[in-house]
Amino acid sequence: MTADQRKHLAVLAAIWAALLFAPYWMPLFGGYTALGSRVLVLGLGAMSLNFLLGFTGVLSFGHAAWFGLGAYACGLALKHIALSTPLGLLAGTLVGGVAGALLGTLLVRRRGIYFAMVTIAFGQVFYYIAFQWLSLTGGDDGLRGFARQPLHFGLFQIDLLHNDIYFYYFVLFCFAIAVGLMAFILRSPFGRTMIAIRENERRARFLGIPVELHIWIAFALSCFFMAFAGSLYALLNNFADPRMLHYSLSGDFVIMAVMGGMRTFWGPLLGAIVFVVLQDYISSVTVNWMSFIGLLIVLVVLFFPRGFLGMLRPRRAA
Amino acid sequence: MSVLEVRNLTKRFGSLVAVHDISLTVAPGELRAVIGPNGAGKTSFFNLVSGFFAPSAGSILFDGADITGVPAHRRVGLGMARTFQITEIFPELTIFENIRIVTEVAAGYRLRPWLNRSEMAELRHRIEETMALAALSGKADRVVGEMAHGDQRAAEIAMALALKPHLLLLDEPTAGMGDQETYEITQLIRRLHKAGHLTIILIEHDMRVVFHLADRITVLDQGRLLAEGTPQEIAANEAVQTAYLGQAA
Repeated sequence: MTADQRKHLAVLAAIWAALLFAPYWMPLFGGYTALGSRVLVLGLGAMSLNFLLGFTGVLSFGHAAWFGLGAYACGLALKHIALSTPLGLLAGTLVGGVAGALLGTLLVRRRGIYFAMVTIAFGQVFYYIAFQWLSLTGGDDGLRGFARQPLHFGLFQIDLLHNDIYFYYFVLFCFAIAVGLMAFILRSPFGRTMIAIRENERRARFLGIPVELHIWIAFALSCFFMAFAGSLYALLNNFADPRMLHYSLSGDFVIMAVMGGMRTFWGPLLGAIVFVVLQDYISSVTVNWMSFIGLLIVLVVLFFPRGFLGMLRPRRAA
Repeated sequence: MSVLEVRNLTKRFGSLVAVHDISLTVAPGELRAVIGPNGAGKTSFFNLVSGFFAPSAGSILFDGADITGVPAHRRVGLGMARTFQITEIFPELTIFENIRIVTEVAAGYRLRPWLNRSEMAELRHRIEETMALAALSGKADRVVGEMAHGDQRAAEIAMALALKPHLLLLDEPTAGMGDQETYEITQLIRRLHKAGHLTIILIEHDMRVVFHLADRITVLDQGRLLAEGTPQEIAANEAVQTAYLGQAA
């Protein structure tokens, strides 16, 4: 084992240990368990976006659409179909992911700012549908009347609703599966074609890679991960509202990814930690919390253009 | 049978005729140089052969089969690889990673979620073989974007080799290089030509390189075929001298 690999393993062990014991060390710094769950869910969203942004080089500015669709579908499944947490997650992931995959077919020939603009437009369409369709979504008041359900394992069951720590571990379990799958894909030959497209699309095309197909697959996978995160978000809040579809939330995910380091795998999670924790602390002091986050973003972009983690690991991809 | 044959190849951009009625034949194992003054249509000719542009008229035969309508990425699969005048690499990746991507795509693994042990071993073997051929083995873990220009060029040639072509098109491989780097790339091209049963077509400005390497030389001028022959014949050709040195007053 080389020194690099040992260092890599040590960092991974540290990350997972920190996440595993978060409910026990966070209170020492004034945190609480639900905040930890929120960081994980939004962090998963930022990592899903970055799967596309950082590793295929394609900027979507409407990824909240798949996040919000996941949240609504999860909530509606719990409310109208059956009282089952896994069913809600499955419904949310499928609805958001399939919608993303279908609309993605219209996107793959666009590049750069045009791609970003069309994704914003799609996102806003879903936002206004959720806003207007009162009978189904509850409109501006949001979707209420559902709650996450206990997990049944025959002899015993786990109460996710009333025990925040149990729910945190449920979220961490889901997070680990999604993140593990992302890492697995990025290490595959397919994942390396994504990086090739990011690095030099013209070259990738001339190697014989059908660039549009590969961008579409990467986009669709990213949408499924995003919808999965959105479903977890509905379970976290027992609530879904149109702002989960809005482009300002898409922008938050982009900020988390860029701030944390979009060329790194874990950067967006770090970005989400900083973003969510700052939001939580500063918003309890002033309603103008966004101006402080804005200032931080300006500083990061000026002084660490590769983000927090990109600064630690200069110029190495994947 | 010839590796490459072009017949009456013409490319017009509006009223500009970049390539005008060119016919030529390249034999298996030949190292052909294409030379000519700036704007002679050399790179346009490459773009036609490699499928980047569709010709306005004429046809292209590769291994005896007509490939005039075959798109660029499919020509790669048929055994044709090229490098570019501006170095085209994956700058933030290492030499090893650059060559691995190409090798995996060439092996047909581009959509695979994983590889089994024997596929991985075979792949690693081919990557190491390619790096050794391009004399890059010692630099496997260097990030390509941070390497010297000459090494980037060698990396690009290695990437083309990883596609296992039998026709290699090199567009000005020594452009912008100093004497030492030019010498090294020239040695590399010579070694590749000798080692594999590789047919190479080379666009080049440096006449030392051309006369050092080429079996035959094709001279283009203003999109037309001006002359073709061995280096000795070309050196003695009056029309070529006029094209390069200008018309005597």
